[in-house]
Parts: sequence; structure tokens; C-alpha cells
Amino acid sequence: MRISVYVPLAVSAVLAVLAPRLAHRLPPRRAAWALACAALVTTAGWLGALALLAFTALARIPEIARQGAWSAAVLSAAEPVRLFVGVAGAAGLLAACTGLAVSCVRQVRAASRIRRECARLPGDGELVVLDGASPEAFALPGGLRAPGRIVVSRSMLSCLDGREREALLAHERAHLRGRHHLFQAVWRLSAAANPMLRPLAGSGCYVLERWADEDAADRVGDRSVVARAVARAALAASGTPRRSLAATGGAVPRRVRALLAPPPRQRRLPLPLLAGGLLLALCCGSLADATMDNEEILDAAMYAACAPPLGAPPPMTIPPGDQAGDQAGDQAGDQPVMSRWRRSAVARPKAGSLMCVSNSRTWTVLPRRPSRKALNSVPSTTGSW
Amino acid sequence: MGHRRAPGELESGVLATLWAADGPLTAAQVGERLPGDDLAYTTVLTILSRLFDKGMVMRQRAGRGYAYEPARDEAAHTAERMRDLLDGGPDRAAVLSRFVSELSAEDERLLHELLGDGR
Repeated sequence: MRISVYVPLAVSAVLAVLAPRLAHRLPPRRAAWALACAALVTTAGWLGALALLAFTALARIPEIARQGAWSAAVLSAAEPVRLFVGVAGAAGLLAACTGLAVSCVRQVRAASRIRRECARLPGDGELVVLDGASPEAFALPGGLRAPGRIVVSRSMLSCLDGREREALLAHERAHLRGRHHLFQAVWRLSAAANPMLRPLAGSGCYVLERWADEDAADRVGDRSVVARAVARAALAASGTPRRSLAATGGAVPRRVRALLAPPPRQRRLPLPLLAGGLLLALCCGSLADATMDNEEILDAAMYAACAPPLGAPPPMTIPPGDQAGDQAGDQAGDQPVMSRWRRSAVARPKAGSLMCVSNSRTWTVLPRRPSRKALNSVPSTTGSW
Repeated sequence: MGHRRAPGELESGVLATLWAADGPLTAAQVGERLPGDDLAYTTVLTILSRLFDKGMVMRQRAGRGYAYEPARDEAAHTAERMRDLLDGGPDRAAVLSRFVSELSAEDERLLHELLGDGR
């Protein structure tokens, strides 16, 4: 817990640096899937880690501790996470959830607007031509059943020759067939939850274009034709002012250069993919470890709160050393509860579950006893246990 | 090279060819301009008459057959609507994966260089 809870946060930072490099070293299709998996796992890890940190802070609030029937004092004594770190985690979680929700709403709105426009387009074929002045070409993704449309302006078509037009159509078709807009959605959502993943989303856009380029080269059968089509289209489009945001600067020359180079090799066991997989496994493993530790601490704090009702006879003979501890504990507020619980837990170890009465409520809790690690981390006034 | 195109893909190719041309084209001319494997004349003719039935192209008599050109009525109006769609912010732009992104001056110089090499 001391370290493992921060590992998902560190993995996000590492991915932010590594993702662009990974994107250039892998074949584009594989890179896109790797980046999508990385984004999903890292976002889940990020949210999980923030939630754990937030919990460590929230669980110390007496009202919440009372509701959850655990001892706030025992919890804050045993908790390795500092209070201000926990509060920062809570703030981070709030920001991440807000970002996610806002991005979700925006994307759903954008997608439904696009679907509406797609349905209103003339004709029922795949290609829609615009009689506009600016050279433009893009794919309009359809819904679940609708196949989507390819929209190209007339000026774009007339600046390319026959084979290049074929390449352009094949490129946009690859976007639609590969459902690339869903990859985009995953990256945009994860970047909204975790701003550190923005570089990953950026390289994702590039990787999708490369994927479609390679697909088009496969269909047309000539890489240089696709390279020429991309270059000419970009040059034609650059003459006209563009109001909307461009994806990434310098992406087009890189695509053209990649198409003029030999096709990417498919290595059997690509090293970057292996490294990425290990990183994600580390992220999941450490989050699981942190969760387990947290649960143990919570278990201990719940045992502490589950003292038998006052006035009940002690279930076993108390060793003389313990009595002294109890008296010392009585002045320390929460601590006597702790030592009383210990006695009752020792008295009924085989029951499997423990009947507890606290705040006039009866609970049957704790199917298992807290581990020795958790118990050891609870500071004790009685030295003999 | 030997990739068989689906009927929908052929239709797009024919339509793109008509739009790229300066004037009306006959079926034979369209067949010549379509790249790749040699298409049968009748295949092109079938696609053209299907497009005509849908109202996507117009035709006029030319010799013994017809010359075809794209129907432009709706295209200008659609262009206007698409312009609106493209200017709708980054979320929309991300969904509409465009063929090419913006170029810097340096990119342009690089592309001219690469085009010279690629030819």
C-alpha cells in the first residue's frame, strides 16, 4: 500500500513518455490495439488508485467511520497514506470523474449529430461528393448497423489521378471498416480522465492514419501511389484556410515517408509490446495489492469497532500484563476498544464470523480474521499480543 | 494487385471518376479512367445506369450511347452542411478522421521534396 498504490500513477507517466515511441516502432494496426489496451488499463488503474487514496482520507471522517462501523482512530493510526495525500487523491478523483463525464456527454452529442447528418446525406451509396471549393476528404462513421459514408469534395477528387483517387477511397474505407472512431473515443475518454495520457491519444491519431494508409496500400497494391495521394491531397488542402483544429503538425510528411519506405515488418515477439504488457501487468498487480492491504487495514479497524457491549463479562482470563495495558488504554480514548476486541477475537477464533454489537446495531461481520501484517501495523497499548 | 472490389466500391470509383472529369463521360471513357484491373464495359454500364436510376448522375445522348455527368443539385447544399459539421470543435473533428491534417511551411517543403523522390 505504501508504494503499490502509486504504481498506476507512475505507469501513466511512463506511458506518456513511451507511447509515442511505441507507436512508431510497431506495425500500425498492432500499435493501435496496443495503445487502446494501454489507455483502458491505465485509466482503470488511475481511477482505482485515486479512489483508494480518496478512501483513505474519507474513511477517517468520524461520520463515515460510524456508518461503516470501523474505528476512525485505529484506521488513521494504521494507514500508511498521509492525510494530505488522501485529500489530494480525492480531489484528483473528482477532477477525473468530472472530466470523464464532460467528455462523455460531448462525444455522445458529437456522435449523434454526425449520425443525423450521415442519415441526411443524399443517395444511399458509399461515396458522397461535395461541390465545395475547399479540398476535403473524411469518413462519416455510421451507427451500429449503418455502414458509414465517405465524404470527398470535388476539388479533392480533381487534384488526384485515377489510382490516387482509388487510394483515397481505400484509405477512408479502412477507417470505416476498422471502426477507428471507437479507438478515438477510447483515447479521448482516457485523456479526459487522466491528462497524462494526452500524448498517448495524440500518437493514437497518427497510428490510425498509418493503419488506414497501409490498408489502402494493400488494396491498391502500390505503396508509392498512396504516398503520392496523401502528399498531393495535403498540398492541395494546405492552400485553403482551415478553421478547425488540425490533428498533429508534421504528421503528413511522416506518413508519406513511411509509405515510401518498405512495409513494416511483423516481428513474432515485438519487444515494445512485451514491455507494454509487463507495465500494464505491474499496474494491475500493484493496484490489487494496494486494495488488499487497504482491506486488511479496514478489517482491523472494523474489529476494533466491534467490541462486545459494555458490561459483558470478559470471555477469557486476561494475562496480568494485559490488564495494565487496558488501564492505560482507558485514558487513551479509542484504545480500550482495541484491547477488548482482541480478547474476544482470541476467545472465538473458530466461529468464522463474529457477532458484534455497536451503537445499538447488531452486525455479523468479518468472515476472516485480519492478517498478522495488518494487526502488527496497528499500534498497541498492550504489548503481549 | 489481385483484389476484387465489392459492387459498392466500384460504384464509388465510377462516381469519383465522373466528378473528377471536366465534362460528361461515356461508359467507355469511364472504364478507361478507372484504375486497376480492366473492367468489362457492361459492368461499367450497369453501374452507370444504376447511378442514373438513383438520381446520382445525369445523362445525355452521345452518338449511339449516353454520356454521363454527376448531378450537382444537392452537392452544394450538402457541402454547406458538412462545413458546419467540420467546424464543430475537436470532439467532432476526432470522429471525422480526415484524410490529411494541416501542414506547416516546413511540411510543405518536405512534401514537395518527397513527391519529387516518389515519382
